[in-house]
Amino acid sequence: MASVTNRAFGSGSSWALSMAFVERQTNLWKRYWGWELVWLVYGVVNTVAITLIADQAGAVSGQDVSQFVLFLLIGTLVWAYLSAVLDDISLVVQWERWEGTIEHTLMAPVPRSLHLLGMSVFGILHGLIRTVLIFAIALLFFDIDFGNVDVLATVAVVLVGSVSVAALAILAGLLPLLYPERGAQMSMMVQASLLLISGVYYEVDVLPAWLQVFSFISPATYILDGIRGAMIEGESIVDVADTLAILALFGMIMVPMSLWAFNWAERYAKRTGKLKRMG
Amino acid sequence: MNSIPLEVSELSKSFGGGRMFPWQEKKEPIKAVDNVSFQIKRGEIYGLIGANGSGKSTVVRMISTLLTPDAGSVRVFGFDIERDELEVRRLLNRVSPDPSFFKNMSALENLLFFARIYGMGSDEIKRKSFEILSRLDLGDRIREPMLHFSRGQQQKVAVARAFLTSPVMMLLDEPTTGLDPASKLEVQNFIREVRADHDATVLLTTHDMDEAERLCDRIAFLVNGRIVTEGTSLELRSQIANGRPVEEISMETVFLEITGKTIEEDEEVLVHG
Ligand SMILES: Nc1ncnc2c1ncn2[C@@H]1O[C@H](COP(=O)(O)OP(=O)(O)OP(=O)(O)O)[C@@H](O)[C@H]1O
Ligand SMILES: [Mg+2]
Repeated sequence: MASVTNRAFGSGSSWALSMAFVERQTNLWKRYWGWELVWLVYGVVNTVAITLIADQAGAVSGQDVSQFVLFLLIGTLVWAYLSAVLDDISLVVQWERWEGTIEHTLMAPVPRSLHLLGMSVFGILHGLIRTVLIFAIALLFFDIDFGNVDVLATVAVVLVGSVSVAALAILAGLLPLLYPERGAQMSMMVQASLLLISGVYYEVDVLPAWLQVFSFISPATYILDGIRGAMIEGESIVDVADTLAILALFGMIMVPMSLWAFNWAERYAKRTGKLKRMG
Repeated sequence: MNSIPLEVSELSKSFGGGRMFPWQEKKEPIKAVDNVSFQIKRGEIYGLIGANGSGKSTVVRMISTLLTPDAGSVRVFGFDIERDELEVRRLLNRVSPDPSFFKNMSALENLLFFARIYGMGSDEIKRKSFEILSRLDLGDRIREPMLHFSRGQQQKVAVARAFLTSPVMMLLDEPTTGLDPASKLEVQNFIREVRADHDATVLLTTHDMDEAERLCDRIAFLVNGRIVTEGTSLELRSQIANGRPVEEISMETVFLEITGKTIEEDEEVLVHG
């Protein structure tokens, strides 16, 4: 008896528990490599097509649009990254509902925070890999001068910004716990709204004033702003410190909020029998 | 940790009555589990028997911390399922009636994941998975996607998943449904073995009355969410014997009489049908 309980209570560091989710997602990803290819091609085509709009604008106006090209290129790449991360993490519940594994995963002795951490780590790594690949391929289509880019500032904005994006994805991902039938659709709508309000393809100034209020509270707005500053204007890490501070603040508010909300949604599902209905 | 593996007290659960927002319509709730109490002793195999929809799986889900009771309490080795959720989860594992896996991943990849989240290391998981699945005739297919497995084969992997983490409290919800007779026997032997080797305690639901009689030390009957009687199979048979020799009464008869689906009714259906 003692040996059994010792094993059950003793082994397995927190990090190992989180990594179990990273490993699982990696295994799933390997099995679905065909889809990865589809997303890569889609990402490249999308990036090239939208960036070509800037070239067209240049051809029509006869002005130098090299900054506009970079502006749109960064917009599509950041959006490719954000949607990859949002897609991955926000499927945390829905995917396992499709597979039917949800109960077996949720009844394991893993604190929910470590479960969500594992899902987030994989989502961010996956998003980064995919976006870097899209970037590398898209470069073949354009002649862009990256002389101004401040790499350190860019990386800092991406990493700090990813924290609040992961939290946002968790908030979207808990919806299927509350609405088993429609939750997944609702998650997608959250993502679509983000595209509109965050200034992916334009400065948020061009939005109607009432929509700008939402831009103000979307972390994606600041991520785009920071990356554009670092890559187009060549702003250093000191110059983007304000943006980094705002993003850090978003993270500090949204991470606890998303964990609290997820736990609340899980308790709701367990009270109402919405985790799963079969068997 | 106290020594009573499972204490269920006055447990109740209804579905469908609640509403999320005050403006939603209120429906009449279904009472799935109604004031259920029982205890399982150390090393015991305890059977929970009842008709479809009588509330067996709902009881199992509440013990597994997947469903919150409306009333009553459940303690696993003294840990409360609501207050000490994580401690309870470390002590138990469960086989569900539907073998639920990541279908595109291999059996081994599935087992790796489902055991790593119990804190086990990869090497130990691989060794034990192979050991268990070999006994269930699946050792050579451990690297194949679950998609290729028949339902019964998937059920075997589900059994392996639960035994892999050596739980001290095992919840088996129809573990042998869909298995061929040989595999059924193998799983039943397994259940006895973990009880003996790991000092595990087992809660078992089944629709196979022979299995219940052969495996269970005690059996409780659920009817409409209530436990109507409890005892060893001999005690249950004598309860309904009514002058008949106990040896002649099968567990099927016990089931039919206790759950109210009596032979007489069946005969009537025959006569009128
Ligand atoms: N998540 C749920 N939401 C709504 N109703 C539920 C839920 N789970 C169970 N029920 C209802 O509760 C009752 C008991 O169901 P349960 O699954 O516990 O029965 P069971 O004894 O396991 O039956 P079976 O032998 O068919 O597996 C049924 O009427 C069922 O419809
Ligand atoms: Mg059931």
